[in-house]
Amino acid sequence: MRDLTPHELPRPGRFGEFGGRYVPEALVPALDQLDEARQKAAVDPEFQAELARLHATYTGRPSIITEVPRFAAHCGGARVILKREDLNHTGSHKINNVLGQALLTKRMGKTRVIAETGAGQHGVATATAAALLGLECTVYMGKVDTERQALNVARMRILGAEVVAVEHGSATLKDAINEALRDWVTNVQNTHYLIGTVTGPHPFPEMVRDFHKIIGEEARAQVLDLTGRLPDAVIACVGGGSNAMGIFHRFIEDGGVRLIGIEAGGEGIESGRHAARFASASPGVLHGAMSYVMQDEDGQTVESHSISAGLDYPSVGPEHSFLRDSGRAEYRYATDDTVMEAFSLLSRTEGIIPAIESAHALVGAMEVGRELGPDALLLVNLSGRGDKDMETAARYFGLLHGGTA
Amino acid sequence: MSSTVVNGVGEILQRCREEGRAALVGYLPVGFPTVEGSLQAMRVLVEAGCDIVEVGVPYSDPLMDGPVIQHAASTALAGGARVDDVFRATQAVRDAGGSALVMTYWNLVLRRGVERFAADLAASGGSGLITPDLIPDEGGEWIAASDAHGLDRVFLVAPSSTPERLSAVTSACRGFVYAASTMGVTGARASVDSDARGLVERTRAVTDLPVCVGLGVSTGAQAAELAAYADGVIVGSALVRTLTGPGELADRLEALRALTNELADGVRGGRG
Repeated sequence: MRDLTPHELPRPGRFGEFGGRYVPEALVPALDQLDEARQKAAVDPEFQAELARLHATYTGRPSIITEVPRFAAHCGGARVILKREDLNHTGSHKINNVLGQALLTKRMGKTRVIAETGAGQHGVATATAAALLGLECTVYMGKVDTERQALNVARMRILGAEVVAVEHGSATLKDAINEALRDWVTNVQNTHYLIGTVTGPHPFPEMVRDFHKIIGEEARAQVLDLTGRLPDAVIACVGGGSNAMGIFHRFIEDGGVRLIGIEAGGEGIESGRHAARFASASPGVLHGAMSYVMQDEDGQTVESHSISAGLDYPSVGPEHSFLRDSGRAEYRYATDDTVMEAFSLLSRTEGIIPAIESAHALVGAMEVGRELGPDALLLVNLSGRGDKDMETAARYFGLLHGGTA
Repeated sequence: MSSTVVNGVGEILQRCREEGRAALVGYLPVGFPTVEGSLQAMRVLVEAGCDIVEVGVPYSDPLMDGPVIQHAASTALAGGARVDDVFRATQAVRDAGGSALVMTYWNLVLRRGVERFAADLAASGGSGLITPDLIPDEGGEWIAASDAHGLDRVFLVAPSSTPERLSAVTSACRGFVYAASTMGVTGARASVDSDARGLVERTRAVTDLPVCVGLGVSTGAQAAELAAYADGVIVGSALVRTLTGPGELADRLEALRALTNELADGVRGGRG
């Protein structure tokens, strides 16, 4: 075998200039092993059948779509259809990816998974899959997030996972990822790092997208079946961006369908307290991938902010950066206050309490619907349900002291 | 990769080899406990027998570092340390008669501009870069810039590296190869993992470059143990810890001097 010089080494996992592998050498063999395992699994009928069986009998797929006319009255009269990932087992889209990666973990002969979580959705999904498949599980969570998502911490512990509260840095998702990466470097032999979104070094962004693309495949067929046409716009919230990539992917070739991602505008761009990466960030490297990163002039990461722990992240999946720069997708942001209005509105008009993350997409639907008017057809990914956010919402609306939403 | 390296660390390691000993490579971050304090501490390393000073750039997300260095980095950043200060540190090490290699996470180089970072580093007497989160596969721009400016480039190998990876990574290195002796993050350990010797042997099988071993060394005895088979012994957390103690900076610098002396004796005793 001839040795490759560095100049000949392949640069896998690029979306234009974004993506790649900016990791310690110690992790490269594990990433190669994972890449090989997922590529083999993608064409292995046995693996696919097992995953399909779990989705049908455990996740609850296909998830339904729901038309929401009373909510749509606030969207310029446009027709609005929700893809109901909130109805999946564990309450969000996260389970799609987690079951896939947990099956791969077993295939690679590893016995332990680690994960990071912000809102707790991915942590709960990982703890669930670990319990189902008999894997040991440790979940890293920023200390701030363990406080705002205490219920999910309890759920993970009940499922048998160890939850580690990370106190470094901003004590949020970013720092939980650093801690998980440290654990992985140390224990890579028996441990798989079950990354929860379309970020991280190759092959994570591609692999996680592939486990979520079922969302868009189902939704496209369901919308065609219901309405006889494709939507004018597909709208999804974007933290790391996994639910958005999942629903966008099947529509990328449909040139007439606008793909719209909604980031967390927090307290507004001018306040500096937000996670609207595309409104303020520049390309850089964080957590193993080149993408848009909120950073200062030296390249130090700037802390993000959002009322939604799940969107509170200073970078974004590299494929989103590519879709944005190539013009195929557009990205907007919604501020905390508009998001909580939409959260309340969907609850009261349709009897569906969304995750605060997903309420960002609802703000997008209200804006885009008003722009496009009553002939428009909008498909919105309702990525998760709001049970986990009750404490945040109750505090926001002052319900703990007798107020109303 | 035939360009001449000015002030390269390769010749220092060669000289140590001729003296029949391993080199001592000491890590300290810029800006800890203060920028001025860190420059003083780096001078102490040179005076006390460190052959190469590894100048760390504090970073907000140091994923390869354990708690001691992470704490130092966040203290440095909170105190206002900037990337510009790194070049003051390399100049200070150089002026003290030492050789400075900068250890940096990649985004800081990328943000400044790879070419500009390389030019500034060369101008301030720095020898090159150690890049813990940049593998040669992604390093094309840095490989070109380091060639253009005559800088060393030190990539890491790990116990998990396959023979193919060892070969590819070492062929991209210049100066030495950094062997991360244990799987894991930085931090002193009670015993240095036996993975280290195996990794050094596997690395030597694919390259003639010097191999320096890091991660986990904190005593002269451990340094001596590693010096028996490695070309250089890299010490970080243990040195940083001496600067975190209570009391006056002057006292802590004396503690740093004492530990560096002990480690320098260690690398000289390893092959005795």
